[in-house]
Amino acid sequence: QKSSVQTIGEEQIQNPYTELLVLKGHQDIVRFLVQIDDCRFASAGDDGIILLWNAQTGEKLFELHGHTHKITAIAPFSSSDVTEEKTDLIITASADRTVIVWDCSTGRQVQKVSCFHSTVKCLTVLQRLNVWLSGGSDLCVWNRKLDLLCKTSHLTDAGISALVELPKNCVAAAVGKELLIFRLSASNNGSEGWNVLEVKRLVDHQDNISSLVSVNDLTFVTGSHVGELIVWDALDWTKQASECNFWDFSVHPDAQPEIKLSQSPNETSVQHLTSDDECVFAAVGKGIYVYNLQMKRVIACQRTAHDSSVLHIEKLPNRQLISCSEDGSVRIWELREKQQLPAEPVPTGFFNMWGFGRANKQANQAAKKMQENTPMYFLELVGDLIGHSSAVQMFLYFGELGLATCSADHLIILWKDGERESSLRSLTLFKKLAQNGDLQLKL
Amino acid sequence: MISAPDVVAFTREEELEDDLYREPPLPEEYSVPLFPFAGHGANPWAKVAGSKFTRDFILISEFSEQVGPQPLLTIPDDAKVSGTFDLNYFSLRIMSVDYQASFVGHPPGSAYPKLNFVEDSKVVLGDSKEGAFAYVHHLTLYDLEARGFVRPFCMAYISADEHKIMQQFQELSAEFSKASECLKTGNRKAFANELEKKLKDLDYTRTVLHNETELQKKANDKGYYTTQAIEKANELASVEKSIIEHQDLLKQIRSYPYRKLKDSEFHPYEPECALDRADVGGDQDLTASEPGETHLYTHVPSYTPKLIKAKSAKCFDKKLKTLEELCDVYFFTQTLDQLHHIERTFRGDVCYLLTEQISRALLKQQSVTNFLFEDVSFLDEKPPEKQYRGCQGLGQDAIDGKCLEESLAPKVVISLGSYKSSVECVPIKMEQEMEDSEEPKMSESAMSEHQENLDYLDADIKGSISSGESIEVLGTEKSGSGLTKSESQASLPVMPSPQAGRSKVGSRRTVSEDSIEVLSTCPSESLIPEDFKASYPSAINEEPYADDDEGGLRFTPRPTPGVADGQDDVSKQESLVQVDAACCIGKESPNFLEPLPELGRRACEEDGVVRIPPQPYRPAEQGLRGGFPSHDAIAGGLLPYELDSRYLTGSRELSKSSLDECSDSTSHISSAASTCSDRTPSPARLACPAAERHRKRAGQNALRFIRQYPFAHPAIYSLLSGRTLVVLGEDEAMVKKLVTALSIFVPNCGGYAKPVKHWVTSPLHLVDFQKWKLIGLQRTVSPAGVNVLHALSRYSRYLSILDADSKTLRCPLYKGSVVARLADHRTQIKRGSTYYMHVQSILTQLCSKAFLFTFCHHLHLPISEREPEESVVSRRINFLKLQLGLANEDIKIVQYLAELLKLHYIQEPAQGGNPLLRFDYVPSFLYKI
Repeated sequence: QKSSVQTIGEEQIQNPYTELLVLKGHQDIVRFLVQIDDCRFASAGDDGIILLWNAQTGEKLFELHGHTHKITAIAPFSSSDVTEEKTDLIITASADRTVIVWDCSTGRQVQKVSCFHSTVKCLTVLQRLNVWLSGGSDLCVWNRKLDLLCKTSHLTDAGISALVELPKNCVAAAVGKELLIFRLSASNNGSEGWNVLEVKRLVDHQDNISSLVSVNDLTFVTGSHVGELIVWDALDWTKQASECNFWDFSVHPDAQPEIKLSQSPNETSVQHLTSDDECVFAAVGKGIYVYNLQMKRVIACQRTAHDSSVLHIEKLPNRQLISCSEDGSVRIWELREKQQLPAEPVPTGFFNMWGFGRANKQANQAAKKMQENTPMYFLELVGDLIGHSSAVQMFLYFGELGLATCSADHLIILWKDGERESSLRSLTLFKKLAQNGDLQLKL
Repeated sequence: MISAPDVVAFTREEELEDDLYREPPLPEEYSVPLFPFAGHGANPWAKVAGSKFTRDFILISEFSEQVGPQPLLTIPDDAKVSGTFDLNYFSLRIMSVDYQASFVGHPPGSAYPKLNFVEDSKVVLGDSKEGAFAYVHHLTLYDLEARGFVRPFCMAYISADEHKIMQQFQELSAEFSKASECLKTGNRKAFANELEKKLKDLDYTRTVLHNETELQKKANDKGYYTTQAIEKANELASVEKSIIEHQDLLKQIRSYPYRKLKDSEFHPYEPECALDRADVGGDQDLTASEPGETHLYTHVPSYTPKLIKAKSAKCFDKKLKTLEELCDVYFFTQTLDQLHHIERTFRGDVCYLLTEQISRALLKQQSVTNFLFEDVSFLDEKPPEKQYRGCQGLGQDAIDGKCLEESLAPKVVISLGSYKSSVECVPIKMEQEMEDSEEPKMSESAMSEHQENLDYLDADIKGSISSGESIEVLGTEKSGSGLTKSESQASLPVMPSPQAGRSKVGSRRTVSEDSIEVLSTCPSESLIPEDFKASYPSAINEEPYADDDEGGLRFTPRPTPGVADGQDDVSKQESLVQVDAACCIGKESPNFLEPLPELGRRACEEDGVVRIPPQPYRPAEQGLRGGFPSHDAIAGGLLPYELDSRYLTGSRELSKSSLDECSDSTSHISSAASTCSDRTPSPARLACPAAERHRKRAGQNALRFIRQYPFAHPAIYSLLSGRTLVVLGEDEAMVKKLVTALSIFVPNCGGYAKPVKHWVTSPLHLVDFQKWKLIGLQRTVSPAGVNVLHALSRYSRYLSILDADSKTLRCPLYKGSVVARLADHRTQIKRGSTYYMHVQSILTQLCSKAFLFTFCHHLHLPISEREPEESVVSRRINFLKLQLGLANEDIKIVQYLAELLKLHYIQEPAQGGNPLLRFDYVPSFLYKI
């Protein structure tokens, strides 16, 4: 059966992660991991505690207590002021309707804001302007000192679900099915005064926008719960391309309509998007799809990459892709090219943004075509990491230091390259020997 | 009766240069492999000897002033033990060793009777007729009613094996010193109490007499004294003299120089001490307000004084105090405990004892690797070579901050032991003593100086300048100064003086009256002063503390650690440069194609005929800094016999030469072992027999396992390579048995407990695999059981699963050779404990390989900056394959052990360190019977 999840045996030569550290400290689901600098990261979740960790040693650096409810958003904020010493701050928002700024070097609470009318669901830092934004039922703009610079009027009760920075002092905010573009402008009165203006409202999505990501200065991408993916021009906010409703059957001609109907919205929801310069990687339902911006089509996909929904994906520099899922596993994929086959022209019916029925039919045709000529690229499973006993919410790739994963089982696991760790330990060992003076010959 | 050679005065000397040549050829017994099919309990050395007792025992005797030498008690207290052995006769012998410590009386220069604070004497005595050899420990206890206030006692360790006595002399001496110290502490306390009572009696008598005299004076107005009155006056005078004498005695006993034992085995009665201390506080106020002696009587109101008759009863009429009365009951039982401990410790064949000691000492030294397969808690429990260290050890200890924190005098003074010469020490405290101490130093040694100082102290008891501490200084450091030969030693075998610090035992038998026969002064001879201080607080008791405040000079040794630190700092910088040089693989052979000579040699010794009998182990002179084995320690780990031989031969030579002096010694050393009549199986020097039993059982179960399961090898490989093995089964007892069997193969990850969980009923999690390397898991048919199995299959990549019910094993393939040697199902070994030792020896080999692998610098780091990582890797693989001779999966075992070593070494003691889980992505296979 093709729909079964691809598995890899116990022999995983390319999987570098042969050592792990279990970091305990949270008492509830850990939902967020955020990198502070080269070797530190913060974790937060439903227990309202923020923990700071050393990514190399797994040492717990600080426990930050201050929130009484679960954490809803977290963002790092390192000061870019040349005059000041570099301080690493993190901003956290919680369901207790407060936002707290923490100093990562001391573990102290710098400041706390509790004047929100609703839970802040997203936080974005605009380094360039040295301000940060909080998105809840309205959008607020703050400076470093936590002065409220300006805010919008009440937008919706549901609130802003995602924020992304755009060029020209603009931000895109996902509010339900709509995408709002705001522009920040300095007010005429004084240097510290800012105004925030809604400049455009985009209503192209059929369902709630679930993910919003900026690709580069010129484009950003949105994905919705029904599996629509729209590529936008970041400058004039026009739609460049879009994909929708093809995720589940376009590459899979045998799929029956019944099956499609019985599928829950989760199966088609775009859970997470990430991108590099060429491609957008979308976690849709249980699958992973690679959408090439140049060719404006899906170039590779893994329809059932996991046993259940993929929650987070990330592209590594070495053409690898890591995904984590509700099934508790983390998988490492490699995007490989199939050299022998010539590139296929983009099928015409592929970019259908209209109704379900037609899309279905056309997609089926397209899929048949695809079936005849296999895509140029494919995702190969090169390794999986099994450790968590519950959904892996998120992960953080630390390059050489390894990979941190957080899960609903309250744990964080640091996955490390065993070879590298071993040689590092040797290095430490000989340093310590030298320190102790044990290396001197005693005759 | 006893001729001089019977008393084997014991000195331990090392003649390093000549020993190797003078060592007689090996006795034949040692080169013949042991008869492999010997029956149960067969002991190649167990021959019926001429002795009349079945096993070693401890005898306590007294030289009673009434009936002469008499045995008091034996340990074990069992008539069977001594058998037909004539205890009375032997008591006579051991007590009649001329023991001159009991000098009490009126010395020429002093007006009052004086107590001597005598050191114990330790001699070895052989009686070939009885087939008994004994270590004899003489001590004197004070008894006010005894002649000269002293009662001579001795404790003797009696064995049929003279070898055991000779080779275990230091250990015996140290252990018996503890027992003796315990007795004496109690005795001093009791003696002080006795004196106190006596003083009260005397005081009361004086009052009565005084009143009577007054009455008589009033009654008679004739102007001249009647004879009756004169008699009364004389009586009064003699009572007053007696009071003064007793007060003097009391001061003497109270001023007994003391220091605290750092880690003594016995514990002075703590609550009492606390109470006493409180008393001291109160009494000090009293002392300040009303100086004089009246306060002496204030705080023991319960005693009602008696009138003392002028003439005391004849000594033969009264019953002498028992040993228990002489000492406090508490201290007496403590002593008995200690003696029982000694008996247990030295039970068994000397060969076994020595092997055990050697391996313990070596293991203890291997602080880097010993945690892997050894029970470290067992090593820590009772450091066996504590005795050897002696004062030097204490000096070292004093350097490590623990002591420095405590600024109380006793410990700091001990650190003075690092001074090399007594001359340096004397000016510190005893300026007045300078002229005096010069002279004896020339003729005698520091020992008599010590005695001199004691005398000095006794005479000048009230002087504030001399305190117990200063005597301690001299006493402690004499070990460092080395013993110079005195004329009186001429009758004994002449030996060069032992190396400073190693041997604390010297023989010193002088004819001069005031010299005490002291064979050994160990630091364990501590004197606990609180006992008397409590009941007799006086200015003298406070002196030591007062001295502390003034004696800034005493703390001069303190800078030493600082200096050492400075040197360390320098060496830190240097050692970075020296990394290359220090590495045991030179640059010339970066590829390790040639085998190391040591390894080659070791290989040919591997087939294991023991060519050298075990010998007492003596730690190397060069101290190991930071507990890390230096190069000679490494050598010691690999080639213990070679390292030891020079010490060993030293002691062998010695015992031989001293025995040659014995005119009636019938047995030669080479056959000495055969005289051992100890037919009880050597149960061990182990502090806890439970551990031994556990080993036996585990070994037995493991033997059964490897015979029963054809797939034992991959299972053991899983354990050795750090892959958690889950034993799955329904029957708890069976699973636990299997887990116990396999637990002997589990390397320890550091910490004290083995990472073994015998029985789990809940589903396993990742965290469990970090913590446990061997898990017994319950299999149930309930829904919960499904979860358990689900978890197993989910984490199967981290696990090997041994199904005890269906007799299957799911684990990675093993093609190496180490485990085959470790667990040969056709092994001839039948006993569990033997198999356990076999396993230990192979695991130790693995440890040494892992150690080499871990600590070879070039195997892990590039030689030069530009060297690519690949060449380091290939060098590493070459080393493992060619140098260590490892094949296939054996490499993984050593790599895993090396990782554990690294983690253990670099781990900061403060932080527990996160346990990490290492694993491989390797396919598993299913094995079936």
